[in-house]
Amino acid sequence: MSDTTAPRAAAPGALTRGLANALTMAARCTRLSARNLDALLTSLILPVLLMLVFVYLFGGAIDTGTAYVTYVVPGVLVLCAGYGAATTAVGVSGDMAEGVVDRFRSLDVGGTSVLAGHVVASVARNAVATAAVFAVAFLIGFRPDASPAGWAAAVGVLAAYVVAFSWLSAAIGLLAESPEAASGFTFFVLFLPYPSSAFVPVDTMPGWMHGFAENQPVTHVIEALRGLLLDEPVGSAPWLALIWCGGLLVVSVAASAVLFRRRTA
Amino acid sequence: MADEPAVEAIGLEKSYGQVRVLAGIDLSVPRGSVFSLLGPNGAGKTTTVRILSTLVRADAGRVRVAGFDVVRDRRAVRRRISLTGQYAALDGEQTGEENLRMTARLSGLSRREARERAAELLERFDLTGAARRRVDTYSGGMRRRLDIAASLVGRPEVVFLDEPTTGLDPRSRQAMWDLVASLAGSGTTVFLTTQYLEEADRLADRVTLLDAGRVVAEGAPADLKRRVADRRLDLTLVDPAAYARTAERLGDTAVLRDPDRLLLGVPTDGSAAHVRALLDGVDPDRDTVDRFAVYEATLDDVFLALTGRTAARRTDGAPAENAATTAPAATAREETTRV
Repeated sequence: MSDTTAPRAAAPGALTRGLANALTMAARCTRLSARNLDALLTSLILPVLLMLVFVYLFGGAIDTGTAYVTYVVPGVLVLCAGYGAATTAVGVSGDMAEGVVDRFRSLDVGGTSVLAGHVVASVARNAVATAAVFAVAFLIGFRPDASPAGWAAAVGVLAAYVVAFSWLSAAIGLLAESPEAASGFTFFVLFLPYPSSAFVPVDTMPGWMHGFAENQPVTHVIEALRGLLLDEPVGSAPWLALIWCGGLLVVSVAASAVLFRRRTA
Repeated sequence: MADEPAVEAIGLEKSYGQVRVLAGIDLSVPRGSVFSLLGPNGAGKTTTVRILSTLVRADAGRVRVAGFDVVRDRRAVRRRISLTGQYAALDGEQTGEENLRMTARLSGLSRREARERAAELLERFDLTGAARRRVDTYSGGMRRRLDIAASLVGRPEVVFLDEPTTGLDPRSRQAMWDLVASLAGSGTTVFLTTQYLEEADRLADRVTLLDAGRVVAEGAPADLKRRVADRRLDLTLVDPAAYARTAERLGDTAVLRDPDRLLLGVPTDGSAAHVRALLDGVDPDRDTVDRFAVYEATLDDVFLALTGRTAARRTDGAPAENAATTAPAATAREETTRV
């Protein structure tokens, strides 16, 4: 049964088509995010409020050797990015629960393209939220000394963190039975920065926690951001952060491809 | 291979756990025809459609759609078909136009082509006025129309419609019927599932009756109806005693029994001679039959005759609203209440 009928649309390479589909999905998810005002406001207000709580309520009691606002802003940025990335799970889970995923499948849009759209939207959301956190941080006295290269590197590390955690969240969204269940994951990610150097120096924590707190991915990301923004020596932190994010991304992309196929079989 | 069927399935089987949903189904749909898969809830209609449209894999059997194997050449099949399910595959938070343009882009159209195709479909489906409104604000009928419009973006050869009128009001249902007719007129093959006998009768060139995962009958609606009888003579008896007596006399020839309304139906060819003979046979003393009426046989009669139960319950010949809310499975063992 050779293809005797005329081809209806040019059939470009799978990669080109996957990329084009991912872009269309990204436009869709960004639009949906922009229209989901509740979620958008939460992801803007929550990190700003948390920063104010830490700086004004807890900060007075915490001695980090510098102005606390300077110490805590990188932590709040990571907290905010992690939360924003984790909401990807809710969006992905929602798509799977509704009929719209059948439309994508019957159009032969691959799972990776669908999820890439969500991840791009997540990056866009987080860019806005991060800008808001920076703006408020400036207002309350945060003064970074980063060089332009330092800024670029800091943004790069933060972006890598958002992409990796967004894709991890997408995989979680495929695992979750419902959007409500998926939203539980956002709490896990929201709490991950606490046992790290985000808000208090690790050496003030109980000894048994040091191993985890010093080596978990969030600590590397925060140490890298803090060093880069304040123009201090960063050591291997940026590289360790990127390795963590890269590894997490690879595992998440592979896992979500398998999960997508299984969910839709 | 222009004469190859648009859809051909042989020996389809599918189980979910212990539940056998499809127990060996054969189907063949000629190109350009309207085909209806008719059956009550749980007969296996949706599972069949999902297998034919590549979304679900059968446990056994072979399927070719638009000339391609649905498992081996899944992508080729997907480029040539569309599926509209019972639940709208749309983004409620996007506008009608945005949904269509997105679908068009995902079908491989350029940005400009996508915009033009969206405008054209909105116009054709009478949605131009609502194009810039979010789908969340659409009525059920509008949503269904947009859903079908989205499924036509890629100009499919075979259109699968899974219960396209379930839950629609009579006006939207009529609009849907007109739409199916116009699709068929343009040469598209339409494969629709329904639990409404009238719908299959009105729209389909060929009907397959599905019951509990098996094909119980297939053919043109007229042929199927002829298998039971062309027409039916309904007799209203004078009292319950007369009903009981007559029911016993008629035995298995009665295709309709409704003791509450003292109603019995028997097949007839509708000729005066046959009706007179039937009446004389049933009521030689002319004291048991109160009234009579002759009806065209419906697919309902076919279903009842073949399965011993009704597929759907209706109150009259019109597309009854309560038919949409009455689960046929719940009425399975009841006899018809139709007059």
